[in-house]
Amino acid sequence: MKIRTILTLVMIAIVLAVISLWIGQQAYSWLPPQASAEAQLIDRLFSFLVTLGSFIFLGVAGALTYSIVFQQAGKYDFSDGPHVEGNVPLEIVWTVIPFVLVIWIAGYSYQIYEQMAILGPMEHTHQTTAIAQRASTATGATDMQEQQSTTAIEVYARQWAWEFRYPEQNVTSTELHLPSHQRIKLSLHSEDVLHGFFVPAFRVKQDVIPGRVIDFSFTPIREGQYRLRDSQYSGTYFAAMQADVVVESPDAYQQWLTVSATHPPIAASNQAFDEYHRGQNPLNTGWKTVEPAPPPVVNAPSGQARNL
Amino acid sequence: MTNLSVEVSSQIEQPLPGAPDNWKRFFGFSTDHKVIGIQYLVTSFFFFLIGGIFAMIIRGELITPEADLLDRTVYNAMFTMHGTVMLFLWTFPSLVGLSNYLVPLMIGAKDMAFPRLNAVAFWLVPLFGTILMASFFVPGGPSQSGWWAYPPVSLQNPTGNLINGQMLWLLAVAISGVSSIMGAVNFVTTIVRMRAPGMTWFRMPVFVWTVLAAQIIQLFGLPALTAGAVMLLLDLTIGTSFFDPAKGGDPVLFQHFFWFYSHPAVYVIILPIFGVFSEVFPVYARKPLFGYKVVAVSSLIITGLSSIVWVHHMFASGTPGWMRMAFMATTMLISVPTGIKVFAWVATIWGGKLRLNTPMLFALGGLFMFVFAGITGIMLAAVPIDIHVNNTYFVVGHFHYVIYGATVMGLYAAFYHWFPKMTGRMYSEGLGKLHFYLTLIGTNLNFFPMHPLGLQGMPRRVASYDPEFAFWNVIASLGAFLLGMSTLPFILNMIGSWVQGEKAPKNPWRAIGLEWLVSSPPTVENFEALPIVIAPPYGYGKSDPLVANPEALEVIHEPN
Repeated sequence: MKIRTILTLVMIAIVLAVISLWIGQQAYSWLPPQASAEAQLIDRLFSFLVTLGSFIFLGVAGALTYSIVFQQAGKYDFSDGPHVEGNVPLEIVWTVIPFVLVIWIAGYSYQIYEQMAILGPMEHTHQTTAIAQRASTATGATDMQEQQSTTAIEVYARQWAWEFRYPEQNVTSTELHLPSHQRIKLSLHSEDVLHGFFVPAFRVKQDVIPGRVIDFSFTPIREGQYRLRDSQYSGTYFAAMQADVVVESPDAYQQWLTVSATHPPIAASNQAFDEYHRGQNPLNTGWKTVEPAPPPVVNAPSGQARNL
Repeated sequence: MTNLSVEVSSQIEQPLPGAPDNWKRFFGFSTDHKVIGIQYLVTSFFFFLIGGIFAMIIRGELITPEADLLDRTVYNAMFTMHGTVMLFLWTFPSLVGLSNYLVPLMIGAKDMAFPRLNAVAFWLVPLFGTILMASFFVPGGPSQSGWWAYPPVSLQNPTGNLINGQMLWLLAVAISGVSSIMGAVNFVTTIVRMRAPGMTWFRMPVFVWTVLAAQIIQLFGLPALTAGAVMLLLDLTIGTSFFDPAKGGDPVLFQHFFWFYSHPAVYVIILPIFGVFSEVFPVYARKPLFGYKVVAVSSLIITGLSSIVWVHHMFASGTPGWMRMAFMATTMLISVPTGIKVFAWVATIWGGKLRLNTPMLFALGGLFMFVFAGITGIMLAAVPIDIHVNNTYFVVGHFHYVIYGATVMGLYAAFYHWFPKMTGRMYSEGLGKLHFYLTLIGTNLNFFPMHPLGLQGMPRRVASYDPEFAFWNVIASLGAFLLGMSTLPFILNMIGSWVQGEKAPKNPWRAIGLEWLVSSPPTVENFEALPIVIAPPYGYGKSDPLVANPEALEVIHEPN
C-alpha cells in the first residue's frame, strides 16, 4: 500500500514535470524579440522560473481541485473529518524544499545578473565582450566589430522628450541609433524629474535620476526598429514619452552618423508639445499642468533615417 | 412576528442592529469595538465603491490605445486616487474593522484596551477621506503623482497655489498614518494584555496571531512613511530641500522612506487575510488547522523579514549591484514562511469533509489566486527579470492578484462567514454564490491579461499605448466592468439580509471559537463572565469543550 502511494506520487510528479517543462518552453514566446545579448540571458532565467512555478502551481492547484471534487461532505453528513493536527516530518520537508529552491533560484539569478553587468562603470569589459561574442556566434552573425567606440552615447530625458547626443561625431537625434553586436555604453541624464530608460526588446531598464549621471551598457544583437519607453512615471504626458531605437549594421550606423553630422539642426516633432498646444481634449477640466519642454532641436529628428 | 423579534432581542439586553433606537449608534461616537468594527467596514466599503468607479474610468480610457476619453491630467488623477483610496480608505480600514470586531471576541475580552482611542482612530478615517475627496475641487485638481508620490514630480506645483491637490493628499496620508498608529497601539496592547484566563499564546486563533504580526509592522513602519510624507509636505509648502535635486536634495531618499513602510504594508494587508484563511478552512473542511503552531509563528517570521525587503521596489532606481543582490535574497526568503502557510492550508483541506458554501468558495478562490501571485512574486524578486518587468503591467497584474485575488476574496469570505455573528441574520446563499462566480471570472479577466502585457513591455501608469497592446487591454477592461457589476449582488445580499434575513443562531457553522459561544450579535460587553479557556483552537474531530464555563458567558433574562 505504502509503495503504491509512493509510485502514484512519483507518476504524478513526472506528469507535472513534463507539462511544466512544456510551459517553460512556451514562455519564450510571451516575450518580445530577443534584440540584445541580455535578452537571451533574462529569457532563459524567465523560462526556468516559469517551469518551476508551473510545477508548484499545478501541484497545489491539483491537490486542492482533487479535494474540492472528491472530498465534499454529503448533504446530511454533519460529522467532522479526522483530527489531524500536523505531521512533523512532512512540515520539515515542505520547509526545507522551498528553502533549497529559493537558494537555487537566487543563485541562478545572481549568476545571470553577473553576466549581464549592465550598470555602472565597465569593470566587466572582458566578460561582457565574451557574452557579445558568444551571442554573435549563437545568432550566426560574424561581423563582430572589434573597433568599439569608447565614448558613451549621451541620453537626455526631459518632460517629455528623449534626446540623444553622439559626442564624438557631434550629432544629436531624437531616434536612438545603435550598431549591432557591439557593447553599447550610455550615460543617462535627466533634466527635471525621474524618468526610466526602457527598451522591452533589450529587456533592460534603468531609472534616470536628475542630478546624477548613470552609466549603462548592453549589447544589441538583432537589427531592426524597437521602442524606447519612459518607464518611470514623469507627469502629465508620461505615456507619450517614447522614441524609436534603430539597431543596424556597424557600417550603416557609421554612415548614418556621417550623414546626420552634415544636417543642420531642426526642431523634431514632439507629441507632448503638440498635444499641449493643440489643447483639444474631449473631457477637459482645465487643470493646469507642467508645460512640456520645446521639441529638441537635433541633426537627426525621428523618422528621417528611414527616408534617406 | 415583529413583536416577537423585539421580545427575543430584549432577552439578551440588546436591541438588534437596525431597530429604530439602534441606528444612531452607528453614526455616533460609540466606544463599543463591535460598533466601531462595523463602522469601519461600512465606511471602507463605501470608499471601495468609489475606488472601483475610478478603476472603471481608468479601464474605460485604456479600452482604446489613444488617450481619447479623458484629459491626461484627469487620467493621472484617476490612477493616483484609485491607488490611494483602495489602500488607505478600503483595504487598511476594512481589515482594521474586521480585526476590531473579531479580536476582543476571539481572545475573550470585553472590549479593546483603549475604547476611546479606538473611536478616535475610526473617526479620522472619514475625516481624511473627506480631505482626499475635497482635492477634486481645488484648482489644478487632485494629486497626479501616483500613490507613491515620488519627488520631483510630486513637488512640481503648476498652479502655484499653497492649497493644491498634492498638499491635501499628503495631509490625508499623514492623518491616515496617525489613525493607523493609534489602531496599532490599541491592537498590540489588547492582544498582549487582555486575553481571557487560560487563553495562552498557543491557544489564540491564528487570526489573532496574524493581526498581532500585522499591527507590529504598523508600529515600526508607519513612522518612516509619515516622516517621509511630512518632509515632502515641507518641501512642497515651505520650500525645504530634502528631496528636490534642483536644490541639492535626494529624490531617491524619499523612495527609501516610502517603501520602508509601503512594502511591509503589503503584509499588513495580507497577514490578516492569512488569518481569515486559517479560520475559514478548518470550519468548512471540518478538520483542525494543519501545523497550527508553525502557521502561527510563521506570521511573526514574515513580520521580521518584511522589514528587510523594501529595496526590491527600487531595483531599477539607481540601486547599486550589491544592494540589488542582498534584497533579492531577503525577498526570496520570505516565500518560505509564506509557502509553509499555503501547504498547511492545502493539508487542512485535504481529506476533510468540505462544505462549499459562500465563505469557503471565496477562501478557496482567494487561495488559488494567492498561489499564482506568489509565483509571479518570486519572478519579480529575481533581479534580472525585474529589470525587464519593473514598472510594467506585469507588476500591476501581480499585485492585483494579491490585493484583489487574495485580499478582497479573503475579505468577502470573512464578511459572509461572520455576517450572522455581526448582524444576527443569515445571508442568502444563492446571491452569495452568484457574487462569488462573478468576482472570480471578473478578477481573472481583469488581471490575468496584465501579465502578457507587462512581459511584452507595456509600462504601467500610461494613458495611451501602442496599438500592439490593444487585444489584452480590451479583455482587461471588460473584466473590470464585470468586476464592478459583481458588487451588486453583494450589496443586495448584505442590505437585504440584514433587514429581513433569517434569524441567525449562536453558531450557524458549528465552528469552534469564543465568538461562536455567545449570541448573534453579541451583547455590548461580549461576555458576562470572562471565559476560562481550557483547550487549543481548532478542535475539529474531537469533542473537547473549549471553555470551562460556557453557561456563565451570557445571562439570559427571562422575559417579564
